[in-house]
Amino acid sequence: MNPRLRWRKFVSNFMLTMTGCCAFVAVSVLFVILGYLVYHGGISINWNFFTKLPAPVGETGGGMANAIVGSAKLLLVATLIGVPIGFLGAIYLAEFSGSKVAFVVRYAADLLNGAPSIVIGMFAFALVVHPFKHFSTLAGGFALGIMMIPITLRSTEQFLLAVPRTLREGAMALGASKWKTIQTVIVPAAYRGILTAILLAFARVAGETAPLIFTALGNQYWSHGWTEPTASLPVMIYNYALSAYDDWHRQAWAAGLVLLGLILIINIVARAILSRGISVPRA
Amino acid sequence: MSASSTTLPSAGPVLGSRSFLSRLREGDEIVRLITFLFAASVVLITILLVFELWQGSALARHKFGFAFFRTSVWDPVFEQFGGLPFIYGTLVTSAVSLLIAVPLGIGAAIFLAELAPARVSDTLEFFIDLLAAVPSVIYGVLGVFIVVPLMRVYVQPALKNTLGFLPLFQGPAYGVGFLTAGVVLAIMVIPYIISVSREVLLSVPRDQREAALALGSTRWESTWKVVVPFARTGIMGSIFLALARALGETMAVTMVIGNTPTIRASLFSPGYSIAAVIANEFAEASGELYTQSLIELGLVLFLLTFILNGLARILILTTSQRGSGMGNA
Repeated sequence: MNPRLRWRKFVSNFMLTMTGCCAFVAVSVLFVILGYLVYHGGISINWNFFTKLPAPVGETGGGMANAIVGSAKLLLVATLIGVPIGFLGAIYLAEFSGSKVAFVVRYAADLLNGAPSIVIGMFAFALVVHPFKHFSTLAGGFALGIMMIPITLRSTEQFLLAVPRTLREGAMALGASKWKTIQTVIVPAAYRGILTAILLAFARVAGETAPLIFTALGNQYWSHGWTEPTASLPVMIYNYALSAYDDWHRQAWAAGLVLLGLILIINIVARAILSRGISVPRA
Repeated sequence: MSASSTTLPSAGPVLGSRSFLSRLREGDEIVRLITFLFAASVVLITILLVFELWQGSALARHKFGFAFFRTSVWDPVFEQFGGLPFIYGTLVTSAVSLLIAVPLGIGAAIFLAELAPARVSDTLEFFIDLLAAVPSVIYGVLGVFIVVPLMRVYVQPALKNTLGFLPLFQGPAYGVGFLTAGVVLAIMVIPYIISVSREVLLSVPRDQREAALALGSTRWESTWKVVVPFARTGIMGSIFLALARALGETMAVTMVIGNTPTIRASLFSPGYSIAAVIANEFAEASGELYTQSLIELGLVLFLLTFILNGLARILILTTSQRGSGMGNA
């Protein structure tokens, strides 16, 4: 083997090993994150975390019950806004629209999807907080809902379009109306994909902090109804991690563990649903 | 991410030839109208978003004009607002993050697409997708408690000792600052670069690789001189996508950048970014001009990410269309 070839082989092996190292480093970040959260969060998580209100400054103990309920309420509002618009909009795009309207709607959705979350927060502030002079659960949920729309819309549309044309034609040939076809053939055929889309959109906004800081604000106590400022897990993590108290740091780790656990589980479930295939064979 | 980037066969709308009346009776027209309203609301919301940003910053735009982008005084008391330190901070942290994330991300994508067996590649891609789902506030927490101390105690002193003659690596090591924010951002955007680049690399036709190997190139030469150039535009797209994420990223940066509106050459010095200043000051901003200046910063951020996302989409689309349809590796 001549030296030139030997050198080229060496370079090849070396560089390919390096790419392996890159992949290893990139993936190991996930396990570093999980490791730290389980280690720090695990020792500070206890029953009080889920049932008690935050302790006043200076006292140890307490929990984040209000933030957990607050996050749940925010996500409920977000889902009520994001899913219907995303889902029905996708049905229009996939089943009814001409290409021009579809282009405009897709373009708008992509624009919305690419907007930084903090800008969405400003938008919600201008639209909901400012007119009512109130930070509220509704405003925070609205901001998160806006973020859910494009994710739900775009992926639902793709899954609807993936339903084989033969199925549509079969239903039409049997004399079903368009609406009947959508209702009984297309949506059931694509339901796994649609479910995945909704779950992923949900998981994506569940951890969003930036749009909540000046819409839902935060609250050390219970938030009653829908028009009061409310605590939420992500904002709580943010505030507690930047505080000066060790006990609050521990709480932040615990909240991080709960939040990340929830998000990763939803992601894994969503991918598991999808990996079993959409329920009809592709044409 | 992988779900949205697969190309699926399109089955366009099937139009019946029934009369309008029968379509109305069977509910088709009503459903069409209802779903249209929902689809239209997406467009409406987007228009409203742009309108609110434009309208909400009108006063600041008129008062400061282009000086807003050149001056660096940020004084709420005397109502003097210049956005330069924030724009500078946003650009510097994003640049640092790309310098770290691009080589690592593309290296990892090459490994996943070219070397790893399909099963290993898919498993790793699964982890990468999970990594992309980690919320930014979690990265912020890790940044505050792990990256900042590491930077202060080990990385920054080491850089100062070796590369200290460069103005980039001078000054006291606070831990927080441009460099740290850049590192945390890099960790956050790597999954995006890997996911998209891997897809693009996988869409390069197999013949390209085989032709290079048949001509006697080594595995690396075929990858680096044939496959990567073939996928170049798509990889550029993934980088733009990552850049757009980095520019708009709020929480993680706010937590580690130091939140001081200064412009320094040193990467060790604390700074500020557009998203961070909005996050910190918007809720408490009193006075019309103060709020409007912050909204103008938001508008700048929105336009930047809008342009980058658009470019990214065009680039990624061109590549995957060119490669698809041929046998995948």
